[in-house]
Amino acid sequence: MYATRARRARPEPFAVHPGIAERLGLPYMDGPMAIAAIGLAAFSVFVLAQATLHDVPGDPYYFADRQAIYAILGVVGMYLLARVDYSRFRELRVGIYTFLCVSIALVFVFGFAARGSRRAFELPLFSFQPSELGKVLLVLALAGFVIDGARKGSEVQRTVRYLCLGLAPAALVFLQPDLGTALVFGAITLAVMYVGGVRWTHFAAIGAALVALTAAVLVAAPAIGVPILKGYQEQRLTSFTHPSADPANAGYQQNQAKIAIGSGEMTGRGNRATQTRLDFVPERHTDFIFAVIGERYGFFGAAFVLSLYALLIWRALRTVTLSKNSYGTLVAGGIAAMLLFQVFVNVGMNLGIMPITGIPLPLLSYGGSSVLATLLAVGVLQSIHMQARLGQRGRFAW
Amino acid sequence: MYLRSDERGPAMNNRLTLRIAIFGGFAVVLFAVLFFRLWLIQVIDGDKYLAEAKNNRTRSYRVSAPRGEILDRNGNVLVANRTSLALQVNPRKLPAEESQRRVEIARLAELTHSTPSRVRRTMRKELKLAPAAPVTLRRDVGHYLVYYLKENQQRFPGVEVQRVFVRDYPDGTLAAHLLGNVGEIEEEELKERRYRGLEPGDEIGQDGVEDTYDRYLRGRPGLTKVQVDALGQPTPNGRLVTQPPAPGDDLKLTIDENVQAAGEAAMAEKGLRGAFITMDVHTGEIIALGSYPTFEPALLTPPLTQKQVDETYRNPLAPLTDRAISGLYPTGSTFKPITAIAALESGKLTLSEVIEDTGQLVIGGQPFKNAGEAANGSVDLVEALEVSSDVFFYTLGYRMWKTGELQRWAHALGIGRPTGIDLPVAEETLLPSQHWRNQLYREGGTERPWSPGDNVQLATGQGDLQTNPLQMAVAYAAIANGGTIVTPHVGMQVDDAAGRVLKEFAPKPRRHVRMDSEYRAAILEGLHDAAQGGRGTSVDVFGSFPIPVAGKTGTAQRPPYPDQSWYGVLAPYPNPRIVTFVTMEEGGFGVEAAAPAAKKILEAYFAHRLAHEANGEEGEEGAGG
Repeated sequence: MYATRARRARPEPFAVHPGIAERLGLPYMDGPMAIAAIGLAAFSVFVLAQATLHDVPGDPYYFADRQAIYAILGVVGMYLLARVDYSRFRELRVGIYTFLCVSIALVFVFGFAARGSRRAFELPLFSFQPSELGKVLLVLALAGFVIDGARKGSEVQRTVRYLCLGLAPAALVFLQPDLGTALVFGAITLAVMYVGGVRWTHFAAIGAALVALTAAVLVAAPAIGVPILKGYQEQRLTSFTHPSADPANAGYQQNQAKIAIGSGEMTGRGNRATQTRLDFVPERHTDFIFAVIGERYGFFGAAFVLSLYALLIWRALRTVTLSKNSYGTLVAGGIAAMLLFQVFVNVGMNLGIMPITGIPLPLLSYGGSSVLATLLAVGVLQSIHMQARLGQRGRFAW
Repeated sequence: MYLRSDERGPAMNNRLTLRIAIFGGFAVVLFAVLFFRLWLIQVIDGDKYLAEAKNNRTRSYRVSAPRGEILDRNGNVLVANRTSLALQVNPRKLPAEESQRRVEIARLAELTHSTPSRVRRTMRKELKLAPAAPVTLRRDVGHYLVYYLKENQQRFPGVEVQRVFVRDYPDGTLAAHLLGNVGEIEEEELKERRYRGLEPGDEIGQDGVEDTYDRYLRGRPGLTKVQVDALGQPTPNGRLVTQPPAPGDDLKLTIDENVQAAGEAAMAEKGLRGAFITMDVHTGEIIALGSYPTFEPALLTPPLTQKQVDETYRNPLAPLTDRAISGLYPTGSTFKPITAIAALESGKLTLSEVIEDTGQLVIGGQPFKNAGEAANGSVDLVEALEVSSDVFFYTLGYRMWKTGELQRWAHALGIGRPTGIDLPVAEETLLPSQHWRNQLYREGGTERPWSPGDNVQLATGQGDLQTNPLQMAVAYAAIANGGTIVTPHVGMQVDDAAGRVLKEFAPKPRRHVRMDSEYRAAILEGLHDAAQGGRGTSVDVFGSFPIPVAGKTGTAQRPPYPDQSWYGVLAPYPNPRIVTFVTMEEGGFGVEAAAPAAKKILEAYFAHRLAHEANGEEGEEGAGG
């Protein structure tokens, strides 16, 4: 009697007649993470609908409609990916890595130029930016290489190998030129190496090299007449230290973004948000969408968005610790770092504490490739979570 | 390396846990930074940014206020406003590309009948003054040009046509020296207290009453706030606040347009450089004041063409100089009444004293001769004034040469000192005196100290004396009114746009000089005889004038130039209400040039009364009464 009641009270997950949620695998997914990701994507559509209304003549909801389609596709992709055992990607690492590098390289050949840089392919219906998806692919491939190469060569050799593997696609992206994404690639590489256990001393060496490189790029190279960064890139990188110096230049955008956010005050200005509505803030549907949110919805709105990101990243870090295997740990760590880096740099740029690097705000910035890639990354996290949950029970979802 | 490559089992170990913990801590710190920064910007400094945002989206345009009109004492308009189309260019909206910019500036130069370098210079100059304001290249552009620009707007980025107020002078050159003109405020003027609150590009009065009474005439510019987008373009329905401009108040002058016109016509008729003034002897109200040659005040509105610059500023005849106020002349015999009052009051002459006029007076071996070397015989003061006996006044000058009474009285009557007229001129005149000459001599500025000859010269208005019709008019007025040194003025009252009187100007007399009424009566009698008596010097001109007057000719010697003609007249005699002074450089004897002009001025002033008397009626007094 007692045993029977106990069984009824806590039915086995894989009962003979599993429920619909059970069939969909939902109990094994990370609910808060999914809510955070889908919530951010939905909020993005909402913000774009309000802030870019009538931006495109004849199509008042141009940006919102498209973003909604990308988000729905992305959520579907996220779900499908969640049901795949991510560990397969480890086996496919060479293929993934090759695809990553080739697709980025192909942009140089077939890509179309927008504002002086070639970043995307023009496909029917939408344009595809390989470097966005490349962020996820790099995590998957690099984590595989780290696991695979864990016993090959000395530690220094391994560190150099990981660095080279990570920085090769970063260099390609940098040449497009797309400094922001290149930096994201770099951050991903370092994060995977970090979670992968590369020695602190090696990180210290890398850090020193980075400082030297920065000095060389920003100070030494221009001094000897070999500018590595384009003029506007350098201006953007350095102008945040003196944003008001020239309102008509690089610091202008940042200044306007800061004014926009500040003017939102506690509760926001709603439709009276002149800063973003009257074009004072540039790129308001992409890189500076956080300024739009800050002005329209005030501290409450902006803090709400930041909280969703905090929730998302917390769940990602939690997934790192839950993973059933080391590959999952590295992948989750890489994705968590990718999200954290992009959110901090983009929001910091909007708030005037980080340079302008052209890094989109994951899920919120308008852009199909970015939204899809980010949702797919969340799908990978869900997969790790699901595998861990199922692994605890010793079964696979399908 | 702590990673195990096996796929099963929990992947965590202690070192990894530590790394993840650090990772998590790092994430917490980053989010804390973002939240703190967000709080700082939105909640702590939010008001500041909100103000910046509001400032960002609005542009304020100053809407210039029409200046008040300037009227004569009877309400006739001397200066009005009209709207004009001005061609303006906003240098910030010109093409950034230097080659395109050059093409457009060349086109603009062609349209404004200028040269590219002059257009650039104008833009540089104006930009220094007002960095954001559009630069006016040409005023009074025709409608055809406006249409041309509208049709070819894309070829002229940054060029616009603006409606501006400009001064309009319905009577052309009338009273040009009094009125002054209007121009954009200069950089240094912005710092002055009286121009507080003005901004670069605002217009202020320059010279004349436009300057003196600028604070009444100026008005208050309006303000239009327009919502703009990031490119500075006004947004549709974006007009936010409009504070209409407050037009300036109207200024009524003491000038009588008819008298003024008569005076200017009389001057122009002779065509000699000179000046005239007609003033109320009791109040100091200036009824007419002019200088010849004159100029068109309308032409002084920049930008000027080179020809206009040459004609006004570089003209050797100096048409811009107001000779009535800024002239520096000896006055000839018109000075004699001053000598007379000085001698009488200081006891150096009695009314009954007769002096033998032999035609010359020899002092220290140097002969001082009458004009024309005429001998007038025995004359008393009245007769001496009537015939303008130089010897009589030489004698008086000689009697006072050491004691300084002549200087003291001339000074008291206002010769050689500022009159306080309400026009922005520096009054630098000279009344020669013993002290002045000896000082100059000590400094090596002259070859001899003060001598009797100097005072003899001064007694007849010759020599070093440098004064002008205005000061002489004030001195004559004092003799006529019993010793009141009036403050000459042209501003009479300020009316608001509705015609209500806001302010009346009646400047207090400068001072009172005590003088014996018998002496005054004698002097006036002498002057009356000079104008209308049997042997009078100007009886040829005024002998048949129906209104009794008291007038004195003057012939000032200004070697190497020909003599300067003077005439001073008080009317009506014996209780004068106005004083008129006329002088003409190189006009010869006073009776030849200046007296006829003075008569024309009096005819205009008493036109009403003269018309009545011509009709045989006992009429009212003059038009200016």
